[in-house]
Amino acid sequence: MSALHPDQITAERLAGLRPGAGGRDVDAGLGDGTLTEDPAIESPLVLGDRSFDDVTDIVCGYAENPAPKWWFMAFGFFSTLAGIGTLLIVYLLITGVGTWGLNNQVDWAWDITNFVFWIGIGHAGTLISAILCLLKQKWRTAVNRSAEAMTIFAVICAGTFPAIHVGRIWFIWFVFPIPNYNWIWPNFRSPLLWDVFAVSTYATVSALFWYMGMIPDLATLRDRADLRLRNGVSKPFAVALPGGKALVIDAIKPDKFRAFLYGIFALGWRFSSRHWHRYEAAYLILAGISTPLVLSVHSIVSFDFATSVLPGWHTTIFPPYFVAGAIFGGFAMVLLLLIPLRALMPNFKDLLTIRHLENMSKIILLTGMMVGFAYGMEFFIAWYGANEYEMFVFTNNRAIPTWISDDGAPYWWAYWAMISCNVLSPQVFWFRKLRQNPAVIWAVALLVTIGMWFERFVIIVTSLHRAFLPGEWGMFFPTWVDIGIFAGTVGIFGTLFLLFVKYLPTFAMAELKAVMPQADPHGHAEHVHDGLPEDSPAAGPRDSKEAH
Amino acid sequence: MSVLQTLSDYLPFVPRSAPRFVTEEGHRVHGMAAEYALTPDVYHAAEMVRDAGYKKWDVHTPFPIHGIEEAMGHKRTILPYIVMAVGMGGVAAGFALQYWITAIDYTGFLVQGKPYDAWEPFVMIMFELGILHAAFAALIGMLMLNGLPRWNHPVFSNKEFLATSQGKFMIVIEATDGSFDPEATRRLLEQTGCTGVTLIEDGD
Repeated sequence: MSALHPDQITAERLAGLRPGAGGRDVDAGLGDGTLTEDPAIESPLVLGDRSFDDVTDIVCGYAENPAPKWWFMAFGFFSTLAGIGTLLIVYLLITGVGTWGLNNQVDWAWDITNFVFWIGIGHAGTLISAILCLLKQKWRTAVNRSAEAMTIFAVICAGTFPAIHVGRIWFIWFVFPIPNYNWIWPNFRSPLLWDVFAVSTYATVSALFWYMGMIPDLATLRDRADLRLRNGVSKPFAVALPGGKALVIDAIKPDKFRAFLYGIFALGWRFSSRHWHRYEAAYLILAGISTPLVLSVHSIVSFDFATSVLPGWHTTIFPPYFVAGAIFGGFAMVLLLLIPLRALMPNFKDLLTIRHLENMSKIILLTGMMVGFAYGMEFFIAWYGANEYEMFVFTNNRAIPTWISDDGAPYWWAYWAMISCNVLSPQVFWFRKLRQNPAVIWAVALLVTIGMWFERFVIIVTSLHRAFLPGEWGMFFPTWVDIGIFAGTVGIFGTLFLLFVKYLPTFAMAELKAVMPQADPHGHAEHVHDGLPEDSPAAGPRDSKEAH
Repeated sequence: MSVLQTLSDYLPFVPRSAPRFVTEEGHRVHGMAAEYALTPDVYHAAEMVRDAGYKKWDVHTPFPIHGIEEAMGHKRTILPYIVMAVGMGGVAAGFALQYWITAIDYTGFLVQGKPYDAWEPFVMIMFELGILHAAFAALIGMLMLNGLPRWNHPVFSNKEFLATSQGKFMIVIEATDGSFDPEATRRLLEQTGCTGVTLIEDGD
């Protein structure tokens, strides 16, 4: 018996063993084999001629094998950030919101900017799991699990800010429909209260959706741990010590914890087809109700601004504009996280192909154009509506740099950072070579994430910092507490995501298997090799398996 | 009797009915299992078991096979109706909550001179609560219709069965099925093109 864990052997055997699709020579220009431009050919969703067992080994291997060194380094970094952020939140709660840079004029700044930023990030997860599911986009199976996880962690970060920005946090229960000691109820005509219901519903439904999707995969992890225990190949607990040695405790079997904990959360799932039938119905229903939910949540977030009478906020374009921006920013975050994982984790590339990245780039291009259209339309309506205050916000509070006019906007750089990151940078995706290049995609995703943060900053701060009377004009400057708490939420997000990558199934295994060619019950699997029929030239008419 | 039988599945202290079949060692027989390696094989096998008239049987697959419902001949789930009813209940609850608070119990806020009982501002929260209730109904309803969660099941006693969560397929015909016969059932399963037939014992 080898000292190596059987899964580790498998993972190492699979790691880079067969580059390209299924060992066949990849045609030049097809990238990893998925980039065919022939619309009649369905690109393979899983590369490397994988069997169901291979996919299970790859995905479960991430949770079962010891974490790599980069994981510990990243975890140390992000959890330190999270710790600092948490301490600063404690400091804020003890001292008061005056530790932020808020003032009488700018009374919402980084807090609400960060709230809208994070809640927007979350939207891509629900979009991928719900809307792309209804649209039968099979490629979603490669990214939906991690995108849903990202959604939940982003909503956790988002929910922090409204809670801590109220100042006297012990009154936060006023937002719930509970009568207080003066028998005063909350005001249901306030969009801020709608927001409470929208965001908490969104967090709950996203968590349910994510958990339900994971039940079968948790059962897979449970069964594998159980099988190793029964076969007597379960590895004892071991910690690598410096100097190449390892501390091994034979009495502790991690597989026992796995079988127990994954078993508890798998709820006794036994892969029954009768269960699958109801499961798929429930999944489709959740997808169906999450679609209007995701559209409603960011619409309601935008009502926080749009129902006010402040120039720059009081616009009817806000709901669709916010929703498009949320999807835009969320997809950027998905790419920002998954492209490094693709490089760092073994065989990740076979499950998340260049074609998947290209599809997401196209969505970024589309939603980026929608956001750009909204920026332009806001400006047009400010002019066309002939409201001088509205126009003043757009020209003198946002767009005209101070080096052009003395009346210009002190925050001009924020506005132009937003335009260049959100409108200009995705334009590189018009070029096929660039939208198929992971490094370029990652760079654009980073710019878009920065740009979307600036979008919320521009909307909130530039509208507030100059009111109707010049005597009320002021500026906002963040303090170190502002910056530290935002960095802290980045840390919380990163920490939770790393824990997810290490301990939970990173891919929706069951869904991934269901879109593999072997999953077709009508037996065309033998003729289909990575989506390309072997017996017909790639350019020829396809022996279509959808015909059944 | 069948209520007791269902309860005994979940509660260890509820007495179980006498087994229909026992092994030579005297263990209760849960059923007969056949293994398959390929999706088309298990699909056609399911059609054959369905046509042979079995009722208490199941196909265990690592992923939902498209169209296996027809091959197994089972009815559509009633889950959508449950979700609809509970979701509408959530909408009604959202309306009742806001209407009672705003128009009946507490009329302290006259906002922009609008009537206390205007329903329009209630729509958002009615919608959100409807979705919230529907989502819980979908998950909990799915689990309850499936008889989940449960601690254990006889099929888990079979080591080969655990491979169905990775890449294998298995058809299990339960011994409580009226048509179950140790010889005939084994013969039928062997004809379906399986890679092996095993007996699943109930860990009694």
